[in-house]
Amino acid sequence: MQKVAYQVEREQKIRTDSLMKRFIMQWDLQLMVLPALLFIIVFSYIPMYGVLMAFQDYNLFKGFAGSPWVGFKHFEMFFKAPEFWTIIRNTIVISLLKLLIGFPAPIILALMLNEIKSRVFKRTVQTISYLPHFLSWVIVSGFVMSMLSTENGSVNMLLQKLSLIQDPVNFLSLPKYFWSILVTTGVWKEIGFSSIVYLAAIAGVDPHMHEAAAIDGASRLRQMFSITLPSILPVIIIFLILAVGNLLSAGFEDILLLGSNPVLRDVGDVIDTYVYRIGIQNNRYSYATAAGLFKSLIGVFLLVGANYAARKSGNSLW
Amino acid sequence: MKSSTGDKILLSSIYTLLALLAFLSFYPFWNAAVISFNNGTDTMKGGITFWPRQFSLENYRVVFEDNRLINGFIISVLRTVIGTISSIAVTAIFAYGMSKSELIGRKPYMVLCVITMYFSGGLIPTFLLIRELHMFNTFWVMVIPGLISVWNMIIFRTFFKGIPAGLEESSKIDGCSNWGVLFRIILPLSGPVVATLALFTAVSHWNDWFTPSIYISDSTLMPIQTKLQQILNSNIMSEQMAQMDSAAQGRMNRMKAVTSKSLSMATMMVATLPILCVYPFVQKYFVKGVMVGSLKE
Repeated sequence: MQKVAYQVEREQKIRTDSLMKRFIMQWDLQLMVLPALLFIIVFSYIPMYGVLMAFQDYNLFKGFAGSPWVGFKHFEMFFKAPEFWTIIRNTIVISLLKLLIGFPAPIILALMLNEIKSRVFKRTVQTISYLPHFLSWVIVSGFVMSMLSTENGSVNMLLQKLSLIQDPVNFLSLPKYFWSILVTTGVWKEIGFSSIVYLAAIAGVDPHMHEAAAIDGASRLRQMFSITLPSILPVIIIFLILAVGNLLSAGFEDILLLGSNPVLRDVGDVIDTYVYRIGIQNNRYSYATAAGLFKSLIGVFLLVGANYAARKSGNSLW
Repeated sequence: MKSSTGDKILLSSIYTLLALLAFLSFYPFWNAAVISFNNGTDTMKGGITFWPRQFSLENYRVVFEDNRLINGFIISVLRTVIGTISSIAVTAIFAYGMSKSELIGRKPYMVLCVITMYFSGGLIPTFLLIRELHMFNTFWVMVIPGLISVWNMIIFRTFFKGIPAGLEESSKIDGCSNWGVLFRIILPLSGPVVATLALFTAVSHWNDWFTPSIYISDSTLMPIQTKLQQILNSNIMSEQMAQMDSAAQGRMNRMKAVTSKSLSMATMMVATLPILCVYPFVQKYFVKGVMVGSLKE
């Protein structure tokens, strides 16, 4: 392609000019980028730097610069706090339960949807099951409260009809049911939407493999496990790594909304909600930041560790 | 091809399970809608499942007459519209700049962005920053901190890079500036991406109740989701009171709890309605959106 004269001239000029001059020449491009970067520095990097207040006795009136440095005091306090082990246990148990049940559920749904030949039925199931993802946690928690309510709660009515219980049970005020409710609600909200990625991966599987297997006499179930599942394994592993990296984020909005009853604190307190309660509601900023920082550090270790394990198996995030 | 008995059993159980899943996904929503259309005192007797027993629009009348809720609804609409438009515009401009290979400092800029995807200051430092910036109790606290999404920027950038460079070159020869190219050539060609990202941004704006709950105490600035959360929270309280109190008092509190439950169901329906309205139209877009996101990975 022949270059227009002025373009050649410009390119030569660009090569010879100094960096500074070139920078000024593309001021219009820089104007698109620099304000946004400044914005990111203010709203992302300043809080990152602010994490250092975990090592201070932060005082609202003295500010970040004037508050005294105290080293690891708040971390020690957090580790020795009577609620520390309860919080750690809740965080780990809730995360693991969510991972064990919430992670495979959309994969199974995608595998099942893939078997459906009727387009109308498939579309209907997809449309309905994606919907909860778009509802806010406030709405979803409202549904849960309504379903489990002792007054006209559908779950209690069903259980009474089946004669499994005599009187309505107030599920949301009994600690022993809290984890199940949390995990079920999470699966209910996200199962459909999370399956989209796996459905897309399944759509990429070569149909010839299924044909060949069918001729060899493999049943649909067998094909599911021997062809479809191994084919989408790389996708599954990537999402598993991400899930493991988030292992300590046991949930925040759902626990905050469903576990607002103080009776549930023993089973519902996780690091994130603890940080919120101590920091925002009780104004113990430095202490709460220390607890949050502890969580972030473990999270980074988990992510790196999971990725290391995945790399050994041949699939990794980076 | 003939299908074996095993396959038939498998297929029919899959159909059954999926039908059950669809039912379970939909039932809570349906039930809440039914309760919201049922007479409040009648709901107290229990037994409302698939259909209203005493149809009544009373709950909705109360909701629509409550100025605080209407006000919350308006705030929600405002923050969603303003927040989405400004965020998409600013992020698209940013992404266009970043998509240019001649941009000086592109690599360090990108590193600066990507780091924020893995690390953040967390709740408390952000909270204190917002405080320092005097954004407490302002409308803008719901719009400005989330203005730029690095994630959306990367998706935009990937899409912009895929647009043939020839289009840009020819319009530049015709005397178009970079800004002109972005608004006259690039954005009109990016309809699906803009729609997808705008949808997701709008939904997260509409659904966000947490940001206002910690930064806003002025109730005239609270969006409907935060108000709804407060209502639900007070419902739990009164339901608990009903259990603890003596019989007579308990019945009164129970009555209050149940009728306010009907009211909160109606409020929930009102708060969900906008999502339900856009949902059917944008379905094809959000499937695309997830694809864009996963392709990036």
